[in-house]
This record gives sequence, structure tokens and C-alpha cells, in this order.
Amino acid sequence: MLGWELPPYNSGGLGIACYQLCKALSKKSEIDIEFILPYEADHGVDFMKVTSATNQDVDDFLLSGSAYDSNYFLQVNSKHNLLDMHDQQSLYEHAVTRIADANEYDIVHAHDWLTFSAAIRLKRDKKWPIILHVHSVESDRAGSKIGNPLVMEIESTAFHMADRIIAVSERTKRSIIEDYDIPADKIEVIHNSIDVSNIQTLEGENAYKYVTLMKRHGYRVVVNVGRLTVQKGLPNLLHAAKKVVEKVPKTIFLIVGSGEQYNELIELAADLGIGDNVLFADFQRGKNWRDTFSIGDLFVMPSISEPFGLTPLEAIGFGTPALVSKQSGISEVLKNCLKVDFWDIDEMANKISGVMLSDALRDELWINSYKEFDKLSWHEASVKVVELYKSHSIGAVA
Amino acid sequence: MSKAIVLYLHVHQPYRVKHYTVYDTGSNHNYFDSEFDSNTSNERILKKVAEKSYIPTNKTLLDLIQKYPEFKINLSMTGTVIEQMQKWSPESLASFQELVSTGRVEILAETYHHSLAFFYSRPEFEMQVDMHRRKIEEVFGQTPRVFRNTELAYNNELAVWANNAGFKGILAEGWDPILDWRSPNYVYRPVNTDNIRLLLKNYKLSDDIAFRFGNSDWIEYPLTADKFSHWVSEDPNGTNFNLFMDYETFGEHQWHESGILGFLEHLPKEWLANDNHTFMTVSEAIDTFESQDSIDVPNTVTWADTERDLSAWLGNALQGTSITGLYAMENDILSSNDLSLIDDWRRLQTSDHFYYMCTKWFNDGDIHAYFSPYESPYEAYLNYMNAFRDLRFRLAEKGFAV
Repeated sequence: MLGWELPPYNSGGLGIACYQLCKALSKKSEIDIEFILPYEADHGVDFMKVTSATNQDVDDFLLSGSAYDSNYFLQVNSKHNLLDMHDQQSLYEHAVTRIADANEYDIVHAHDWLTFSAAIRLKRDKKWPIILHVHSVESDRAGSKIGNPLVMEIESTAFHMADRIIAVSERTKRSIIEDYDIPADKIEVIHNSIDVSNIQTLEGENAYKYVTLMKRHGYRVVVNVGRLTVQKGLPNLLHAAKKVVEKVPKTIFLIVGSGEQYNELIELAADLGIGDNVLFADFQRGKNWRDTFSIGDLFVMPSISEPFGLTPLEAIGFGTPALVSKQSGISEVLKNCLKVDFWDIDEMANKISGVMLSDALRDELWINSYKEFDKLSWHEASVKVVELYKSHSIGAVA
Repeated sequence: MSKAIVLYLHVHQPYRVKHYTVYDTGSNHNYFDSEFDSNTSNERILKKVAEKSYIPTNKTLLDLIQKYPEFKINLSMTGTVIEQMQKWSPESLASFQELVSTGRVEILAETYHHSLAFFYSRPEFEMQVDMHRRKIEEVFGQTPRVFRNTELAYNNELAVWANNAGFKGILAEGWDPILDWRSPNYVYRPVNTDNIRLLLKNYKLSDDIAFRFGNSDWIEYPLTADKFSHWVSEDPNGTNFNLFMDYETFGEHQWHESGILGFLEHLPKEWLANDNHTFMTVSEAIDTFESQDSIDVPNTVTWADTERDLSAWLGNALQGTSITGLYAMENDILSSNDLSLIDDWRRLQTSDHFYYMCTKWFNDGDIHAYFSPYESPYEAYLNYMNAFRDLRFRLAEKGFAV
């Protein structure tokens, strides 16, 4: 398996999805996975072999940009004299080729565009079947139809050469068909998932002491966790927030994450006159991250384009119902949540206000969404993946 | 008729807010106790400025006072900087006290916390002016009689207030639009007042020292005391030449290497070479010279940047959000009777906090115009807002409605 990141060194959902899928796959006796990463680090993984393609330290590697920074691909990082994304990608491709020369594999399963060049190379040199797992396409990451053309070219070539493509949602499948002219029957939708056991227990007092106290004084809380980039649609949430605060002044918006829109969003909240109501808490892990989900009365994911979107499920797992944009993969899977078009600010404000004003609605939404959540598991997804392996692998063992 | 240089130096340090996060809010109430090595360490900065500016400059000033009987200066010192000297550099404070004890230093009145309270709350403003008066009386044994507002922010209304409060004088920027055809080098009277007099900063001459002195690209570089005295003499009729600037010009804004202290040392000798020339305190200038005209300033004028208005402190939404939020708490804060809560609230009124949130230079990438211990105005705002919300947290814990 070719991947770009695994927790705890993940910059977002890609690493988590890879980790969970592999964990579920590893329970199948016929599957042995070697997961090849572009950097060196200890992930504490015991259910599969994790190989570092290069001897780069993970901290240096992360300076090259994250798996989502496809715009870095056009830039040269001269400041640190480090590799840019383009160099990282070709370094990875060559390193993977060396590893492949010394080993035999039945199938190559590659996650997202950064690993696709390496996958194509193996297909050409070794004739090994390749399955491309699409967690996002360039138009998702760019937040519009116009992405980085170099990245789109890599994706396009890879999609055409792939033996099979896995899309994380119907929405992603449609993009691959429409934007890359790939026949529908080459693409299988396998939704991401979550296991109840993934949700760690909350411990101690909630880290948000101010928010906790304000809740006791009648405030209600909207939370968002994610990268602050165009794709995530945060400006629309803030515009909706202004309308919510007009109607329900005792509303707090808690934004947890970092990204290139950080300063812009801070300024926008102040410009909209809701600077006091919007709290920015930067990127968080661990207890602060978990406590964010649990302090909320509503989790909002206003993404302009979200191939899947795991965070609403995490929120539900931690006890908070969700409002998601209809432009997300999760909206195909989850019934008991509120849904809104990312551009419909009035409706977004209306739905948020409704939950802020009614604890009964909040509780009802959550109880029912938790029932759905409780049934989810990576097991089904892993069964589908194994079937794909079987239909494409050359040998008996995938 | 004699001609006087009225040299006025403003001494101030704020309590900078440390990196204070959403998670600190409600967990600890210490907004100002940065690690010593951090950019926002008040103790480290005060000690550095004391060493580079206060101590050596006071030594020079004391020498000049002892050497030239005509040499006099004016100082204003905020309550926050006096507190910080008491805590972290008593020797600096002692050197100021020694200077003042010569009887040739006049101290001006202002707000204790270097705040913009005049524009948000008159009772709070008056309280801070009174707190400052008491502090100056206690530390220096002098009662200020001339008022300067934070950032020299001035308008007609402020002048009327100062007049009614019994001040004999008030300072403002000698900005061309308010002077029209007039010269800043005279004593004036604010409109709608009777007793009080207005002294206007000669910003060209003041900024030659405060801003341009060390700039080697400046056509007049290097500026010598001889040349500067000559410039001041060029006005044949002006009576008082008001050189107003930050005290930290000497040794901090202008480094020692620029020769700024040498300039200060030589200025009295060059200026006093003419028998008609002297130095005056602000009160002396007001007592000596007749008011030449009345000055009308309906809109607020400050001594800052090219706009000379309050936009550097109140021009954007970050600043507006934080300052209006802070003053909206006034009644609750004061009625809490919690002295440490009231003190923290007042420390957060210091105008520097809002200046750090100014985006107009940050966007231009003009770092030279932007003195801030923070990486960005956004970071300054977030820290401030989290501290501000912690004040609300403390109020809520005391049972105040939020």
C-alpha cells in the first residue's frame, strides 16, 4: 500500500482513513499489508508492516507541505532548502521502485495523487495491478473546478492506467467520471467509516473552561474542526454566524484548526461584528481536540467540497449532532443530521439557530445519529476492498 | 523677548499580554506574566529599556541640569511604567526622582494606564487622571498642572474638560490642518475655554530628532546640535519651540550608536550660545507668553502616523471589537469591588494593545512602522480577546449576568 501519512503525523482525514482501513483489512487472514510512507517515524502500528521509503525525518518532511497542499507543487521551497512537493513526489516514486525491486507484491493499493506516480511506475515496470484509492481529487482541494493543472495531469494519467478506482463517495465518483472522463464501471464507491472503538473516552474537566461556564449561563456552542482552507467553506459559516447571533446572541462559535485562511477568518469575524462570539483555538490534538467535539451543541461542516468528511462522525461519537453541507460524501451516508447547501447562508443560519434554541432538537438529532454511528464500522468497507483485491490480483494472496 | 525650547519627553511601557489561549481562559488569570525570554516579557523589555535608555539618558540630563542653569525639561510618566520600574528597575525610578528633585523638571498629568478612556467613559477617564496625579505626588512630590492625553489625542471637548478640571495647559500635535496659517511656535488658547493654554508640538523639528536622526538616507544626515539649533533659530518671531517626543527616542528608538546622546549633550550649549535663548517648562512657557489666538479642533488629532488621527488604534474591526467589549464591562467590573479584577481591566485599556492590532502597516509589509512584540495583529487580537473573555469569566463566577 502506498500512502502519504499515518497518524499521529497526519494533517487530516487521509491518514486516519488509511490507518482504519488497514487495521480492518489486517484482520482478514489472507491479507498482508506493507504500508510505504515517504518519511521516517514511529507510528506504533503492530497490525501491518510500515516501511519508510526514504530516511527523511518526519519533521523535515512536514515542512514540505501536507498532503492537501497541492498548490505547493508549483512552488520551490528555497527558504529551508528543503524539497518541495514535486521533489517529494519524485523522491518517493524512485524510493518505492527500489523497494519494489527487492520484493514481490500481488497488488498495489495507492492513496491519493501524491502516490499515484509511484503506482503508475510499478504498473509499467512490474505489471502489477494497481488500485487507486481516491480520498479527494484536485477540484476538491482547490475548492473549485480550477485546480493545479500539473496535479490534475498526474491524476488523469493514473486514473486511465488504473485497474480499478475506489472513490470514497458517490460525489467523488461523479467527479472522476465528469472531470477525468473515466468510465463509471471502473469506479467502486467504498465509503469511509468509523468504529465506535475509535472514539476515545473523555477524561477530566473539559479544556474549555470559559465555554463551559458560558453554557451554564445559557450560551450554546457551534464547533468546527478542520483545516482553514478554501475547500472547507468557513467564510460562509461566519456569515451565517452573524445571522445566528442576531437571533440568538448567546451563541459561541468555536473554530479549531489552522490554515491559510486563519488571519482572514479572524478579521472577517471582527468585521461582521461577532468577534466576541467567535473563538479561534488553532490546530489541536489529543484532549483539546476531543473536548472540542464534546463541548459543542452542534458540529457544523460547511465544506464547499468534501469527498467524505469524517469529522461529523467523530462529533457524533463524542456526543454532538452535526450539520453538514450537501456537497459532502458523509451526507450520502448519514441520515440523522441536518443538511444544507454550502452556499445557502440563510438556511445554514436558520438550521443552526433552530438547534441553538432547542435543546430537545439537539438531543433528538444526536440520539438518532448515534444509533447510525453505532452501526458503522470499517468491516464492511474492508470486505469490499478484499473482494476487489481478489478480482484483480495475480497471485492467490493480495 | 527670549525664545525657549520646551522639551517634553514621554515615558511609557504597557503591560503586554502574553500568549494567552482559549485554553488559558478560565484556567488562569495571569495575562501579563510572559516567560522572561519571550517577546512579550514586560520584565525583560523594561530592564532592556532601562539599561539602554532610562539610566544613561537620565545621567546625561542630570549633567546638563547641573551644567546649564537655564536647562529645563518636561516629563510625563504613565502609572504603568512607574509600577514596572518599582518592580524591576528601582534604580531607573531613583534616577528619575533625582532628576525631578533638582526642581527643573515639570511632570505632566495624563491617564494612569495610558488609555483612550476619554473617548469611551468619562468617569473612568477622570478616575485614571486622578490615580495618576496621586501616583506622581507620591513618587515625585509634585502635582501636575498641565495635561497631555494618551497619544496626544486632542479635541475641543478635551480642552474644555481640562479647563474645567483646573489645568493651566494642555498639549496637542501642531498639525497643519488645525494650525492653518499659524505657527506652532506660540502659545494658544483652545476655543470655548478661558483659562487654559494650548502648546502645540512642532512636529517637523521634533521628528527630526525622534524619527529622522539616525536615518543615513536622510538628506540632512548626520544631524548635529549646531545645525539643529540653527534651524530652531530660523523662526525670527516664534517664542516657544515645542519639542515633544517619546523619552525612549534616546537610546531605544535611536540607538546609542547613532550618537543621539551626544546630540542631546551638545544641544544646550549650541542653543544657549545666544543670550536670548533659553529652555522652559510647559508652565513657564504658559506663564511667560501671551496667547496669540484661539485654536479650534472639532475632530480628534493625535501625534501618530501620517493621518494624525486615532485610526492606528481604533481603525479596524479587531480594535473596535476589543475596545468596545472592554468598556461595555465597566459597570460590572467596578461594582465587583475586586481590586485585582479592576486592575487587570485597566491594564487592558492601555492603548498599545490596540496599536498592536493595527493592520494597515502589516498589510503593507512595512515592518519599520510597526513596533509590536507579536507576530501579527491577529495574534495580538486573539491573545487580547482571550484575556478579555477571562475577565467576563471572572465576573460570571462572581454572579454577574453574562
